[in-house]
Amino acid sequence: MNVLRELWASAVEGLAGLGAIVRFLLRLIVLTPSALLRFDLIIQQVFNSGALSLVIIMLSGLFVGMVLGLQGFQLLQRFGSEDSLGVAAAIGLVKELGPVVTALLFAGRAGTALASELGLMRATDQLSAMEMMAVDPIKRVVVPRFLGGVIAMPLLAAVFSLIGIYGAQLIGVQIMGVDSGSFWSQMRSGVDLADVNEGIVKSCIFGVACSLIAVWEGYHAIPTAAGVGRATTRTVVTSAVVVLFLDYLLTSAFL
Amino acid sequence: MTPRPWRAGSCDNHLNQEAPIVEIRKLDYAVNGRRIFEGLDIEIPQGRITAVMGPSGTGKTTLLRLITGQVRADAGDIQVAGEDMRKLKRADLYVLRRRMGMLFQNGALLTDLSVFENVAFPLREHTDLPERLIRQLVLTKLQAVGLRGAAELMPSELSGGMSRRVALARAIVMDPEILIYDEPFVGLDPISMGVILRLIRRLNDTLGLTSIVVSHDVQEISSVADNVYLLSGGKVVAKGTPLELAANPSDVVRQFVGGLADGPVPFHNPAPDYFGELMARGEN
Repeated sequence: MNVLRELWASAVEGLAGLGAIVRFLLRLIVLTPSALLRFDLIIQQVFNSGALSLVIIMLSGLFVGMVLGLQGFQLLQRFGSEDSLGVAAAIGLVKELGPVVTALLFAGRAGTALASELGLMRATDQLSAMEMMAVDPIKRVVVPRFLGGVIAMPLLAAVFSLIGIYGAQLIGVQIMGVDSGSFWSQMRSGVDLADVNEGIVKSCIFGVACSLIAVWEGYHAIPTAAGVGRATTRTVVTSAVVVLFLDYLLTSAFL
Repeated sequence: MTPRPWRAGSCDNHLNQEAPIVEIRKLDYAVNGRRIFEGLDIEIPQGRITAVMGPSGTGKTTLLRLITGQVRADAGDIQVAGEDMRKLKRADLYVLRRRMGMLFQNGALLTDLSVFENVAFPLREHTDLPERLIRQLVLTKLQAVGLRGAAELMPSELSGGMSRRVALARAIVMDPEILIYDEPFVGLDPISMGVILRLIRRLNDTLGLTSIVVSHDVQEISSVADNVYLLSGGKVVAKGTPLELAANPSDVVRQFVGGLADGPVPFHNPAPDYFGELMARGEN
């Protein structure tokens, strides 16, 4: 009986937490129109979350693309269809690896930065000071950071896929000797707009999820060194699990 | 409200002589079942410096949070500038807060903005003043706290005392009616402490403010406060002018003012029998 009671209590607690985060998201959405009026704040956050993540995204994209080129070539060579490497790499990157790996890297680079920044602002009374100056910290601080992340994520995913395709081409065409014309022409004919759309939708949804988790954890961090550390860790762990779970749901929905 | 000259350690009893700007009646407040206040009554007279003192953990900062509407009371009334804090909605609370300024314990400056931008922050958020006027207002307030020369520095480049002075400039930039100080002397060297004391008195008199200072630095705050409330055990145990407090024969007041280690506020936290706990084996 005790086990059942504890399970029930955990389920209720989990649902209450989910309800609270959904209410928080709704509040962010309600405040978005007024936050858009101060677009300079959002641009600054797109820079912080997006531009400052570019190096890690580009490097990772290049290496993922190169691995994809190697593995794809090895696999396709078995069936004598290595000319299809371009389409295989492009579809893999645009539909799946681009959005997912970008989201995981985003959670590790920008998400942790957002969570720790907000947590430290909470710990050093900066958010309370704003409240006392009659400035809503959610509207002034949280919404621009959330929107910055939401805007940056699809852009980063696009850069990741682009560099990844270049990496696959570098290995497949330049090193393994796949015909350049076949690589690019098969990619052009094999990749539909629907594939690109799937990647865009996924990266947008991952952007909302990762940014929401980061600002939620940071804003509600316990105002101590340990509390901020825990918020940062939870941002990465929760984002990774949620992104992979959402990826499964979205992939099944697009099939 | 007429500005009054410096009256360090004034012995006049001003309490209740002017209309209170903050009135607290029968306030009850508890956190996680632990009672912080029970039937608390406090009146903060307009235009004066009122100090709220008491041992650590007695709820002084919580009282400020209740006055500023950051937390809600469980029972009782809190009237601030004629507004009932328990009934105020969020938007009305923000309107009221524009009439208040608060100096946090650590200054709470926005770390990504320069000193100038920190002081300009409330003006930029709440007004559409032209840049030239914002600049003049900010420089005027920074001059008042003696830090006009530090306008371009970042908060990380300031000492603790300077941070608090910048935060003070920010707190007065919207010309508030009530200025609240939360432990303004913690961690300051004697010179910085003297500067903050002087600013508290001078700003109160020249700007016609009402100042509420939470502190446990008895000597320092007694030199500028007009009225003092001493809190202990969730209640007001003494009130009056600093001199009246110094002459108060109550044990709690004697212990606090004299800085005695043991007394009504015990040295030891409540604990089981010492000998019995030392002799207990194998149980934690």
